Amino acid sequence: MRRSRFGSWLAITLGSLYFIVPLIGTFEFSLRMKRGTYSFEAYRVVLADPHFQASFTYSTLLALATIAVGTILVVPTAYWVQLRLRRLRPVVEFITLMPLVIPAIVIVFGYIRLYNSQSILPLTDSSFGTDALLCFGCVTLALPYLYRSVDTGLRAIDVRTLTEAAESLGAGWFTILTRVIFPNIRSAVLSGAFLTFAIVIGEFTFASLLNRPAFGPYLQLVGANRAYEPAALAIIAFVVTWACMGLIQVVGTVRDAGRPK
Amino acid sequence: MTFIDIRNLKKSFGPTTVVHDFALSVERGEFVSFLGPSGCGKTTILRMIAGFETASAGSIRIDGREVTGLPPAKRNVGMVFQAYALFPNMTVAGNIAFGLKVAKWSNAAIAARVEEMLGLIKLPDIADRYPYQLSGGQQQRVALARAIAVKPEVLLLDEPLSALDAKIRVSLREEIRSLQKDLGITTIFVTHDQEEALSMSDRIVVMNEGRAEQIGTPFEVYNYPRTRFVASFVGTLNLLSATVVDAATGHLAIDGQHVLAAKAVEGRTAGDTVSVALRPEAVDFGGASEGRDALTGTVEAVAFLGAVVRIRVGLGDQKISLDTFNQPQLRLPTAGETVTLSFSRDDLLVVEPDGRS
Repeated sequence: MRRSRFGSWLAITLGSLYFIVPLIGTFEFSLRMKRGTYSFEAYRVVLADPHFQASFTYSTLLALATIAVGTILVVPTAYWVQLRLRRLRPVVEFITLMPLVIPAIVIVFGYIRLYNSQSILPLTDSSFGTDALLCFGCVTLALPYLYRSVDTGLRAIDVRTLTEAAESLGAGWFTILTRVIFPNIRSAVLSGAFLTFAIVIGEFTFASLLNRPAFGPYLQLVGANRAYEPAALAIIAFVVTWACMGLIQVVGTVRDAGRPK
Repeated sequence: MTFIDIRNLKKSFGPTTVVHDFALSVERGEFVSFLGPSGCGKTTILRMIAGFETASAGSIRIDGREVTGLPPAKRNVGMVFQAYALFPNMTVAGNIAFGLKVAKWSNAAIAARVEEMLGLIKLPDIADRYPYQLSGGQQQRVALARAIAVKPEVLLLDEPLSALDAKIRVSLREEIRSLQKDLGITTIFVTHDQEEALSMSDRIVVMNEGRAEQIGTPFEVYNYPRTRFVASFVGTLNLLSATVVDAATGHLAIDGQHVLAAKAVEGRTAGDTVSVALRPEAVDFGGASEGRDALTGTVEAVAFLGAVVRIRVGLGDQKISLDTFNQPQLRLPTAGETVTLSFSRDDLLVVEPDGRS
């Protein structure tokens, strides 16, 4: 018993060190911009950079759009698979896993070939079209995480009986989805949304090859030309991610206060 | 006029047919129970009435209106589920109001109806609670209130008491029946519990392997089971194999001992083997007398069941049980003792093989 507990603590300690040591190193390095003293100069420079503000705003809006499109696409699909098309579940799961095995660069080249200015649907002809294409690409990248989060949420409730109860009370599909199903899988959707946000904020390949002013290409640019600012940016990205996670927890806790656990 | 008219209803899942040519007429305000073991097709029929399953053939009419092809939302049928199916994200009031909001009632009318329903289920103070804050019995009462709030034409109850403990089950079944009588709502109740079906129903449909074995009042089904299956499923029953001696006079032989049934054995001739049913409570100690037959055997076991004592007697290859009230002053036979049992000829029923209703 004591031996197994020691093993658990050892594993936790090693795992924590694996994550924390590089983070501390990066943070420490980001404070060394002024020679001979620790300061937040690198952070001041980064935050004052108009390119940082523009790219971060762009990626945030892109992430929100991706979450909206992804949720509208995934929630009804996962719901329908759970309710009526259970035999198709392995097929749908396989499709949603594809973005994990097909490199992003292959997907984006496919997009460029399919939607270039010579194609039937020349999305890359306009700025808005390219933004939309980037958003759809991000939805594809986030699909494995978003689908699994939503599917897990749906499995935790009795989808069939709740649907039938609502149907017998006269509700149509839209009412059932928006007023019965969605509120009961809100935590799962929020988890998926958080993962999607993290993926989109750090996305580089799609944004770079579609030539969009996103945060990923900005990070790469700064990293290639500066010393301390990339470390500061990495820490900022972590803080933003943790803040998102904390906010989701807070929102989830407040909203779940009066709901079954 | 028939309120629910089900004709030649059939349901197949691939090559397997689970409901065969089911027919039933239910009067307005009637309480009908579907009673049968798991997998007999009772819930499938209920789900076809609700619209959750599509019938492979046949028709369902409610108040003269053909509903067979209609979606559930268009049938005006209320349903209560075994697993309660309350919406976890809504309060009790929200759950009861759900159907009313869908039907676009005014806020004032919804509030009044919710209050009325809470009063009806005798839980007026739980409007703001969430389902997880309620006991199983309370949840099922709320589910019932939600189903009847929208004033459905038909109320369908799919084993609503199965998930509750015994005491709550008894009190809730009385409440459901009383509520149904007060509202006069036509109700179909699915259960595998014979006590529930017998105590609540105007009529019982005993189901077996997708067919209605017998449709009748609780009294008819219990006292005059038409088939061997009904006889064995409803109540405790002695089922004995007998040889026809004279079909016209109802003369039978059970393990070589001769008895007379009250009626002639139809469709059989001397030498045929038939099944006869005899309720344990219809058997008594004592010899044959006017209108009563007797069988002699050896006591094999005496079991105390609280208020009742069940005695098992061996008759050659077959066994017969009799129930007697547990009275301390009564002398009970002991195992190995030879006893003579008697019963009224009216209680000796010749039953048909299964599926011949």
